[in-house]
Amino acid sequence: MKISFSPEDEAFREEAARWLADNLTGEFDKLRFRGGPGDEHSFIDERRAWEKRLAAGGWVGVGWAKEDGGRGATISRQVIFAEEYARAGGPGRLGHIGEGLAGPTIAAFGTAEQKARYLPPILRGEALWCQGYSEPAAGSDLAAVATRARLGNDGQWRISGQKVWTSLAHLADWCFVLARTDPASSGHHGLGFFLVAMDQPGVTVRPIEQITGSSEFNEVFFDEAVAADLLGQPGEGWKIAMALLGFERGVSTLGQQMQFRGELDEIIRVAKDNGAAQDPDIRSRIAEAQMGLTVMRYNALRMLGGDAEETRAALVYKLHWASWHRNLGKLAMDVLGEAAELCDTAPYGLTRLQSLFLFTRADTLYGGSNQIQRNLIAERGLGMPKEPKGR
Amino acid sequence: MQFTFTEEQRMIRDAVAALLAEQSTSAQVRAAMASATGTDDALWQALAVDMQACAVLVPEHLGGLGTGFVEAALIGEQLGRHVACVPYHATVGLAVSTLLACADDAQQAAWLPGIAEGTTIASVAGLGENERKSADGARFRSHGDGYLLCGHFAAVPHAHVAGLLLVAAQAETGDTALFALPAGSRGLTVRHRPTMDQTRAQAEVLLNDVALPASARLARTDEKSLATARVCATVLIAAELLGVADASLAMAVGYTGERRQFGRAIASYQAIKHRAADMLLKAELARSAVYYAACVASEALFGRDDAARKVAAELPQAASLAKTYAGEAAFYNAGSALQLFGGVGFTWEYDVHLYFKRAQGCSHFLGSPALHRERVARALLD
Repeated sequence: MKISFSPEDEAFREEAARWLADNLTGEFDKLRFRGGPGDEHSFIDERRAWEKRLAAGGWVGVGWAKEDGGRGATISRQVIFAEEYARAGGPGRLGHIGEGLAGPTIAAFGTAEQKARYLPPILRGEALWCQGYSEPAAGSDLAAVATRARLGNDGQWRISGQKVWTSLAHLADWCFVLARTDPASSGHHGLGFFLVAMDQPGVTVRPIEQITGSSEFNEVFFDEAVAADLLGQPGEGWKIAMALLGFERGVSTLGQQMQFRGELDEIIRVAKDNGAAQDPDIRSRIAEAQMGLTVMRYNALRMLGGDAEETRAALVYKLHWASWHRNLGKLAMDVLGEAAELCDTAPYGLTRLQSLFLFTRADTLYGGSNQIQRNLIAERGLGMPKEPKGR
Repeated sequence: MQFTFTEEQRMIRDAVAALLAEQSTSAQVRAAMASATGTDDALWQALAVDMQACAVLVPEHLGGLGTGFVEAALIGEQLGRHVACVPYHATVGLAVSTLLACADDAQQAAWLPGIAEGTTIASVAGLGENERKSADGARFRSHGDGYLLCGHFAAVPHAHVAGLLLVAAQAETGDTALFALPAGSRGLTVRHRPTMDQTRAQAEVLLNDVALPASARLARTDEKSLATARVCATVLIAAELLGVADASLAMAVGYTGERRQFGRAIASYQAIKHRAADMLLKAELARSAVYYAACVASEALFGRDDAARKVAAELPQAASLAKTYAGEAAFYNAGSALQLFGGVGFTWEYDVHLYFKRAQGCSHFLGSPALHRERVARALLD
C-alpha cells in the first residue's frame, strides 16, 4: 500500500495542470468553480463549448480503453486528472452522463456498430446524454418501471411512458431508457435498455420547478417515441442497468469533491470574515466538514484500488457524501447567520450558498435515498435479511 | 500510487488474525484481565517472540523486518478486534515510533534489537498532551555529566511490564527532552493500577531523583520530531480502535441474526438494519482514514524522496482524522452493540462491555475527538 505518485505520474499531473491553466482562460475563465450540483443551470452555452475544448485536448474519456477511443489511463492517472481539474476550478461537466455512464455501458454491451455510432460523439464532447430510469411510481422501487417498449412491424421499438427526475433532459441529445419489453412481466424481468434520441415528436420535456426556484430536473414524456437502438437483448435491461451503476467506480466522485472543496473554502472565508470562526460550535462543525471531505477522498481512493475486499467502501460512499453535503449546506447558513436570508437578485436569485443549502436536500434523495442506502448497506454489506416485498 | 494491500501485508494480517482467534479468546482475555499484570504473557510470547510482530517497524540492520507502518497498523487493528491484553501499542505505537523519530543511531542500536526480537517491552510516559487539568509531568535538570529526573504520571500503558521506559520531561526553561530509563532504575517506582478498561493495563509511574547518564537523553527532541512520534503513535491507536469498531459491528450483526422476537430475527427489522448500516458507515470511513494515515506515516518515517516528503506533510491532519473517526466509530459501534444486544449486553458474561470499555479508554488516549477536531479547526481558521 503506497500513496505517493511515481515520477511518471507526476509528469502526467504537470501535463494536465498545464493544459487546464492554458485553456481555462479567456471565454472560459468565468466558468471556474461553476456549474456543479445546485448550480447546473449556469453558463450552459459556455459549458457546451468547454466540453468540446476539453475533448479536443484529449481529456474526455481519460479512463476509457484505448480501443474505445479513450486514453486508457490507469486509475492513478484518472485520480490525478480529477484532482487537477478540481484544483483548476474546472466547471461542472455537462457530458458526465455520457462519459461516465452511457459510454462505458455501450462499450461493454454494444455491438461494433453501436459503439462506432455512439462513442465518438461522446469523445468529441458533442453528444450529451441523460438517464431515463425513475418514474412517478418507480422511485426507490426502480424495478416497478411501467414505461413500455413495443416492437412494431417495421422492426423498430417504440417507447411510451413517463420518466421523472431526469437531469439535463432539456439539453441532452440522447437518453438511455429502461422500459418494459414484455407487457406481462413485472419486477426485474422483461425489461429492455433503449437508446432514444431526444429530438423527435414523441418526446416532450417539461422542467420541474424545484424548491430553489430553478429547474435542474425534468419530466420526460414518451409517446410512441422511436428508439434508435436496443442495447443487448429484450429482457436484459435490468442486468445492463445495474452494470451501468457499477461503472460509476468513483473517479468522477473525485471530480465532484472539487465542487465540495470550493464550497467549503467559501464557507471558511465567510466564517473568518464575519467572526463565526471564533464560535466554538461553528469551529467544531467546520473541522468536521474538513475531515468529512478528506475521508471522502481516502474512501474514494480505497474504492478505486479495486480490491475485492473493499466493496464495503463503495457501498457506504453515497450515504456519506450525501449526508456530508446536506450538513455543509446547513453549516453555510449558520455561518452566515441572519445575512443568509438575503437573495442576490429579484425575484428569487439565490446566492451560491443559499442554492447549496436548498439543493443539498436533494442529495439525500436521488440516486438512492439515505433510507434505501441503509437497506443496501445492511443487506449487501452485512448480509442482513431483505426487506419484505408487497408483490 | 497503489492504495491496496500487498500480498505480504495480507499474509501478516491473516497470520495475526489466526493467532488471535486461537489465543485471544473471550476466556483468555478474561483470564489476562484478572491476572496480576493484566497482561497475557503467553500471547505476547507468541506474538512478539515467535511471530516477531514488534519487528515490522524496526530497520533490518537492527534486527527488524523493516516492512513499514501499514503492517503495524494491520496488526494493531487485529489486536483491537480481539481486545487483546498485550503491550503492543505501548511497545510499537509509543516506544518504537519515539525511538525512530527522536533517537540517534547509537540509541536505536541499543534498544531496537531487543524490541524487534520481542524480549524488550517498552512504553512512553508523557508523549500526549494533557487535555484536562492534571498533575502529570516530569522535570529534569543537569547533574554532573548526566541528569536528574523527578515527576509523576498517573497512567502509563503497560509501564509495569516494560523493560524500557521513555519519559518526556521539561527543563526549567520549558524545553522538552526524552529520556530512556531501564526498568529497575534507582528512584523509579512503577505500580500497576486498576482501570475501567481491564484489557489495556496501565501503571502509575513515580520518578524520584532518578539519575541518568548523558547518553540516556534522546538526541532529537525538537517539536517536529516529538510531533512525528506522537502522530505515529496516534495512528496506531486509531488502528486498534478500528478493530474495536469492526468487531462490535460483527458481534451485533451475529447476535441480531439469531435473536428472535415477534416471530422473526430482529435483524430483519429496519430499526436494527439501519443502525447496523450506520455502524458500517462509521467503520468503513474509519478504515479509509486509518489505512491512509498509516501510508502517510510510513512515508514520514521511512520515505526518502520528494514524493514521500510531499505526502508526509499531510501526517498531522491525517492522524487527527484517523483518531477522530476511529475513536467515534469504536464508541458508536460498541455502544450500539450494547443497545442491540439488549439486556444481555449489560451483563458481565457477554463480551460487549469489553469492547465498550476499550473504545472509551482508547478514544481519549492521545487526544479525544474534540481535541483533534480543534486541532484541525486551528489549522484552517486561525
